[in-house]
Amino acid sequence: MPASESILPAKSTITNDLPITTIKPSSGWAALNLREIWDYRDLLVTLATRDLKIRYKQTVLGVLWVILQQFVSVLIFAVIFGVFAQLPSDGLPHAVFINTGFLCWNLFNGVTSRVANSMLGNSNLISKVYFPRLLIPLAGVMSVLIDFVITAGVTAVFLFAFKIPLTLNILALPFFMLLTILIATGIGLVLATLNVQYRDFVYAMPFMLQVLFYASPIIFPSSMITDKLGTLFAENALASWFGFLFTLNPVVGLVEGFRWSLLGKSSLTPAMVISDIVFAIALFTLGAAVFRRFERRFVDVI
Amino acid sequence: MFSIRAHNLSKAYRIYHTATGDRQLHTYRTLREDIMWIAKTAVTRPSDFFQKRTSEMFYALRDVSFEIGQGEVVGIIGRNGAGKSTLLKVLSRITEPSGGSAEIRGRVGSLLEVGTGFSGELTGRENIYMNGSILGMRRKEIQRHFDEIVAFSEVEQFIDTPVKRYSSGMYMRLAFAVAAHLEPEILIVDEVLAVGDLAFQKKCLGKMDDVSKQGRTVLFVSHNMQTIRALCPRCILMKQGKVVLDGDTNTVIDIYNREVSQSDVDARTAITDSRLRRGSGEVRFSGIHVKDVAGNKPTFFEMGSTLRFELSYEVFAPVQGISATIVLKSGRSGEMVTSVKHVVTERRLAAGETGTFVIELPKANLRPGEYPLYFWLGKSTNHPYDVVDGLTAPLMIQTEKSADELSFDPSKPFGIFDIESYLKDEG
Repeated sequence: MPASESILPAKSTITNDLPITTIKPSSGWAALNLREIWDYRDLLVTLATRDLKIRYKQTVLGVLWVILQQFVSVLIFAVIFGVFAQLPSDGLPHAVFINTGFLCWNLFNGVTSRVANSMLGNSNLISKVYFPRLLIPLAGVMSVLIDFVITAGVTAVFLFAFKIPLTLNILALPFFMLLTILIATGIGLVLATLNVQYRDFVYAMPFMLQVLFYASPIIFPSSMITDKLGTLFAENALASWFGFLFTLNPVVGLVEGFRWSLLGKSSLTPAMVISDIVFAIALFTLGAAVFRRFERRFVDVI
Repeated sequence: MFSIRAHNLSKAYRIYHTATGDRQLHTYRTLREDIMWIAKTAVTRPSDFFQKRTSEMFYALRDVSFEIGQGEVVGIIGRNGAGKSTLLKVLSRITEPSGGSAEIRGRVGSLLEVGTGFSGELTGRENIYMNGSILGMRRKEIQRHFDEIVAFSEVEQFIDTPVKRYSSGMYMRLAFAVAAHLEPEILIVDEVLAVGDLAFQKKCLGKMDDVSKQGRTVLFVSHNMQTIRALCPRCILMKQGKVVLDGDTNTVIDIYNREVSQSDVDARTAITDSRLRRGSGEVRFSGIHVKDVAGNKPTFFEMGSTLRFELSYEVFAPVQGISATIVLKSGRSGEMVTSVKHVVTERRLAAGETGTFVIELPKANLRPGEYPLYFWLGKSTNHPYDVVDGLTAPLMIQTEKSADELSFDPSKPFGIFDIESYLKDEG
């Protein structure tokens, strides 16, 4: 370097070993840049806390709202499907049974829809500054986890009230949570991409999630369907096709996994666990790949 | 040592032809439309599946190459739609180029349009931290600059108020303060200073000067030629996505002003490119000419001479009456100097009609300088059909270019208007 630099002390902050960023069109499928995401970890935390602040600031009841929602929906479903419809519940009290189903479903539903809507909801940020786009859905996942802690508290109250003892099975809960998060994030990332590309997709999503809710063993045990699978075909071909589709629903294993961990018994089968591990790896990889493939176009479309 | 090096940078957008043959800039689609298209094509013209949908490319940037050294302050000028903002967006990595490449040494802090990715629900304080982490800074580093930022932005009292409650001026002040104080190696500033008041604009310009003296690179887009002259020794002129001129600022601006005053609003591009025009579109300007009494189109007008605005319009949908407004803005601050409004006609106009009218300003006593023009066509009420804002050449009143017009010298005529005044002897 020329000696003249030394007589300009103000310039000393600028050195020529600064990192050089190359901007060029990317092509095809790109791998996850985990290194970059790690570099931006502060922003991830900031975005997640922002999500939480916004949500809890805007509602009068704040945290209480989440608790109330959980209680009221569990009560309604327990009364209608347990008392009046008398659906089976694997021999467990209906309130506990349904509450555990909701705990899992709320995590799945929360992650999926938060991730799916995250890009559109942050279009202002995306069109003004650069940062790894994946941070936005990831921050969404983090903020849903805080909700999860609250609903887990509600679950603890239910378990205590109905005197359900915790067993060693609870050690498996983090594993089923991880599966839930991976599957939900994977699906959410694909939906987020579709949401940006197709503006009318927003209206289809709640409906699709609702269908999935009733196709999952939240208000009924999966044994109610799987037990009859063998005999169904002879009686009703249509019903047997529904039964077959049911076994392909990844949420089935997740809900049953939650019940197994928290309540000690459920209709969980090893096949469900294995298929969910496969689902988790496949869907998360697919979601991340689709997102990375299309993220560079987001700002031009959003 | 280079700070930014662009090599054949291009950015193309696809323009699709819709079924009716209209062209539309590809923004977003709906799933319903795509499904309908597939269903329709499958029935009527299955062979079309094997062809790509007819489309053409619109180049917002085309083969842009330049090299900017460390610590340089470079202005970028050009008419609306010339690709200035797209270039800044590509260099800030907000959007990806479709061709070419660029190398950037160090971090880039960018201030594009109004607000720099602030989150409305968050307080000023929280937004400062968020923007810092977007720049890749650690919390500690941000803390070091926090007080400086707050002091510079003059929003101390509101630092814990959500920024959605800020006025646009406060918002901009904080945004600029954050971008300038978080020490990015490269500062990219788009046309934002127009939002602040004059005092703050001066403060910002001073800060950008400081930033460049610290050896940081500044890239600055503005329509304000005086500001560019005062701040940037080097200037890049862009036109239709290309760099047409790159060199000494005064030379580039003079050439730009001369060239731009020769051209009028081109009816074709202005109507198809809706991004440049506001208004509901029932009636559009089809021609805008500024002439002198003799009917010539001089580059510079003499002070006190007559200005003839020849305006043509085309009616696209039936309307009841047309009014027209011309606004003269200050080239320095962007504020409106004055406006004239006339009812052109009150009768009903049918689609397809065209017309021309002249608005004459006799003895326009404007002091030498640049006056960006704003043309408005609408109903008598506040309903605009068409707005042409700063798309035409600014009105140039003859001037012996003074480089630093920001400074006020009471011994010389100063200000925008020349008004008559007499010294009267009280005795």
